[in-house]
Amino acid sequence: MNSTDTPLAKADLAALVAGDIETGSFVNLGIGQPTLVADHLTPEQHVTLHTENGMLGMGRAAVGDEIDPDLINAGKIPVVENPGAAYFHHADSFAMMRGGHLDVCVLGAFQVSVRGDLANWSTGAPDAIPAVGGAMDLAIGARQTWVMMTLFGKDGTPKIVTDLTYPATGVTCVSRVYTPEAVFLVDPETGLSVRETHGPSIDELSERMGLELRPT
Amino acid sequence: MARFTDSAAQAVADVKDGATVLIGGFGAAGQPVELIEALLEQGSTGLTVVNNNAGNGEVGLAALIGAGRVAKMICSFPRQSDSQIFDAAYRAGKVQLELVPQGTLAERIRAGGAGIGGFFTPTGYGTPLAEGKETRVIDGRGQVFESPIRADVALVKALTADRLGNLVYRKTARNFGPVMAAAAEHAIVQVSNVVDVGGLDPEVIVTPGIYVDTVVEIPHPSAPVSA
Repeated sequence: MNSTDTPLAKADLAALVAGDIETGSFVNLGIGQPTLVADHLTPEQHVTLHTENGMLGMGRAAVGDEIDPDLINAGKIPVVENPGAAYFHHADSFAMMRGGHLDVCVLGAFQVSVRGDLANWSTGAPDAIPAVGGAMDLAIGARQTWVMMTLFGKDGTPKIVTDLTYPATGVTCVSRVYTPEAVFLVDPETGLSVRETHGPSIDELSERMGLELRPT
Repeated sequence: MARFTDSAAQAVADVKDGATVLIGGFGAAGQPVELIEALLEQGSTGLTVVNNNAGNGEVGLAALIGAGRVAKMICSFPRQSDSQIFDAAYRAGKVQLELVPQGTLAERIRAGGAGIGGFFTPTGYGTPLAEGKETRVIDGRGQVFESPIRADVALVKALTADRLGNLVYRKTARNFGPVMAAAAEHAIVQVSNVVDVGGLDPEVIVTPGIYVDTVVEIPHPSAPVSA
């Protein structure tokens, strides 16, 4: 168990995720916290970033004269193209995702169940206008779907749960959950386990989360 | 064969009340601003509009919704920080919403243009957006049946057309353009420039002119609204 004494800061968590991405991977980073992962990928990793609005080989955020309204990412932020980039239309972009050609997708989440069900598109509030975007396609498309989130809500409620209480984005689709306190693996056969902790022990986490956790 | 018009107004003149209209663009990129503005002027109403979003700010698609001309939106991401016009119309019951996952939206449009009667997709299986839809387990994976989207009209922005209507796009402004052009009875395209036949390398043409009905050259398109 590769532990530290305190929970990981955001940048350290992003670096941990980046370090776990295999050399040569094709990766989609979801909007929000997962975009930080890009800052920690090294040139030696040769990772190609996909953005679902039709591009492989997405580069960093554009600045100054680089800003081009025709070159944006899925979060509608202007970006630059890396050498070897490719453009394609929306149906091809989601075909490459749904078709299992992307190695890893990293997403934020409201909740993940112990079976790897994901909730990240709607809180289910009755008066909210629903919006889904690419969330459901991203959840089930890549070979591996990793979640990066806080382990506890602002009120202390655990976000890894036995059953989702928010509307599902996808079922049994998440294989890893990266949080400041611990990294969890989700196996379709054997369920949830703890790969490493940062700060609290597995027993302390079991208590706070109301789950019987075990090491991987 | 593609017809060339002198103005965006002429290009959209024949759009009828109650038409289904595909509008290209993802956020600002690829948004056919001049064609949307011309449709606003043209006056057709009771429209079903298919776009990734449901308008931003006060202009373009947002203005069309605000003017009460859109009966139904089919889109993936209507709610944004600046979608106040759609939000108000939706809450007032003035516009219906069909919410579709983004990849399913693109594939439904592609299927429409390709003559496919529908398809099973794993996207959305086990979620509220699959409720009421036919499902199957295929190769051990739950899948949801989705139907094609065809339309009367598509409004698309591309970079360059030749005189046969062959198109190339620019960077991520391509997005929904190619599938929308194919899925409409009448594909209307605004381009920044037009070249003679032979002026585009056949190896790089993205949308062959067979899908394109009307082209209008807008040499300096407006800076699209941000999203």
